[in-house]
Amino acid sequence: MKILVCIKQISDLESRFQVNASGSWYDERDLAFRMNEFDEYAVEQAVQLKEQLGGAPEITVLSVGSERVVKSIRTALAMGCDRGVHIQDPSPHTKDPWQIASIIVAFAQDQGFDLIFTGMQSQDRGSAQVGVTVAELLGIPCTTAIVGFTYHSGVIDARRELEGGLKGIVQLKTPALVTCQTGLNVPRYPTLPGILKAKKKEMVTLLVDDLSREQGLIETDAIYVPDRKGAGVVLEGDMNDMADQLIDILKAKTALFR
Amino acid sequence: MKALLICEYREGKLLGSSYELIAFAETLGAEIALLLIGSEAEAPKINGKVYLADVQKYGEYNPDLHKKIVLEVVARANPDYIVFSHSSSGWDLAPRVATALKAGQISGIVGIVDGKFEVGLCNAKLRRTVVAKTQPAVLTLQPGVFMPSEEPSGMPTLEWVEIIDAGSALQFAGYEPAEKRDVDLSKAEVVVGVGRGVRNKEDLPIIAALAHDLGGELGASRPLVDAGWVESSRQIGISGQIVSPRLYLACGISGAIQHLVGMNKSDFIVAINKDKDAPIGTVADVMVVADVMQFISSLRERLS
Ligand SMILES: Cc1cc2nc3c(=O)[nH]c(=O)nc-3n(C[C@H](O)[C@H](O)[C@H](O)COP(=O)(O)OP(=O)(O)OC[C@H]3O[C@@H](n4cnc5c(N)ncnc54)[C@H](O)[C@@H]3O)c2cc1C
Ligand SMILES: Nc1ncnc2c1ncn2[C@@H]1O[C@H](COP(=O)(O)O)[C@@H](O)[C@H]1O
Repeated sequence: MKILVCIKQISDLESRFQVNASGSWYDERDLAFRMNEFDEYAVEQAVQLKEQLGGAPEITVLSVGSERVVKSIRTALAMGCDRGVHIQDPSPHTKDPWQIASIIVAFAQDQGFDLIFTGMQSQDRGSAQVGVTVAELLGIPCTTAIVGFTYHSGVIDARRELEGGLKGIVQLKTPALVTCQTGLNVPRYPTLPGILKAKKKEMVTLLVDDLSREQGLIETDAIYVPDRKGAGVVLEGDMNDMADQLIDILKAKTALFR
Repeated sequence: MKALLICEYREGKLLGSSYELIAFAETLGAEIALLLIGSEAEAPKINGKVYLADVQKYGEYNPDLHKKIVLEVVARANPDYIVFSHSSSGWDLAPRVATALKAGQISGIVGIVDGKFEVGLCNAKLRRTVVAKTQPAVLTLQPGVFMPSEEPSGMPTLEWVEIIDAGSALQFAGYEPAEKRDVDLSKAEVVVGVGRGVRNKEDLPIIAALAHDLGGELGASRPLVDAGWVESSRQIGISGQIVSPRLYLACGISGAIQHLVGMNKSDFIVAINKDKDAPIGTVADVMVVADVMQFISSLRERLS
């Protein structure tokens, strides 16, 4: 059995963002980067399946991005994936989800993957397109935002998250693709032995231009920092002063302390 | 300009998100046509075309069949935009339709600026405007953003749609109801929401005590529920409960759109966050820039 996990590296969202000089993206200097949270669940589910099947499946973890994404690929290897594929692209943000999906498909189409795991969406762009588009282009069944997964002899039983706590139960046969929602499992932290092992695992580097054949279908027009709500009061400084001020405001503005 | 709106229908009912699609199309100034895979009785009463596919025949959401139906209606209606909600059926179906048509897709739209579509980037700390280079283009709308003023009360023109059911690679085996709720946060006057900024599980009882002091209930953002720290019945947001208390106190919650739509109707919102730029600031009446546990301990001292 061959498994593919697609991961994206994203900037830490607690950072302060500024638009870059050309106005095409944000300034990436001084930012920290990490694996897209949803993709951690995808990696974990793949590794759990490998464990369930006695270690038989081979897990390939793939990422399209610049040199720094190798670090996230190594994290996935340390969690238990077997080999890394880095599709080197210095500026993946200039490609739309359709192009990223096409690049993944150009790599994956003749590799015979039985199961592909992706995140349900990337936390920076939030498009929720790449996974489903990969499945459609490969012509394999797919289900999205799973919060439950079991596998038995080529059959996947999955629970999809719908709205307001409702779940949908679906069944599909491999080859298939699933996109993972948070809460699906508890992603493990890489252990020290895992990290050391990861250093020795195979890492294939491919050039994006050899796999990229499609033009973008959507285009960013402008990127900017949104306006903040004007009415809000911002309290900063000494803890005790702020606590006093907040209580005064609540007394004045809400009926709670009367 | 013409927009084909893909309505949502579940457990025998039209979902409210369908009216958000209509509100969006009105803001855009588009001529609208609807597709409902459902029952005639539930068809929205717009003055315009409603394509109807019988749910008895094609079932509730199923990607293969519903994709075929959407593509059939696209061929008939020739829209400029095919519009879905960014919901469990919308994000699942939209990319399938887009791929079949090789159409550009813009996901999670939160606004329209000069006819271009505005979407969030990096947890709404940035925004961008995006345009599609194809006709038609596929759009998904962030739920809870385009709010309808009232239900339409016109006279729709119905047109039935039939397709050949060639089977489906995915079997839908039914719904599993939401977990039973042991707390009904929608009745609480005060809700204290805890988020990932509260880094230690041991601190939760302190925040629960604050909620108690204020005569309210504890709520939580999704990561704390995913981690098993807080029971799922206390999750606030699009996949949890929607609350509108007199006071919502957000403790270490960044304010992702999926959380905001669950609490932004609260009368008064206070956020405690060490990050002054956190998007919760867009809805907060008071933003306390501080370490959450330090601030709460000062606050509790003064309240006692
Ligand atoms: C389909 C879908 C449905 C979803 N449904 C929901 C839902 O129903 N409810 C929900 O909540 N989320 C939901 N989410 C997840 C949502 O996108 C966010 O990931 C989530 O709300 C983030 O939770 P958070 O704010 O607690 O964590 P984070 O985004 O990690 O934010 C933590 C915040 O704490 C602050 N902080 C850190 N340390 C401190 C400190 N010491 N003192 C003070 N502040 C600190 C940080 O500055 C940051 O702003 C959904 C996502 C998807 C894709
Ligand atoms: N550059 C990338 N490299 C590898 N996988 C990606 C990339 N971008 C997106 N993905 C995968 O597609 C999922 C959905 O991404 P998106 O469509 O951008 O929201 C992510 O969770 C990843 O699993």
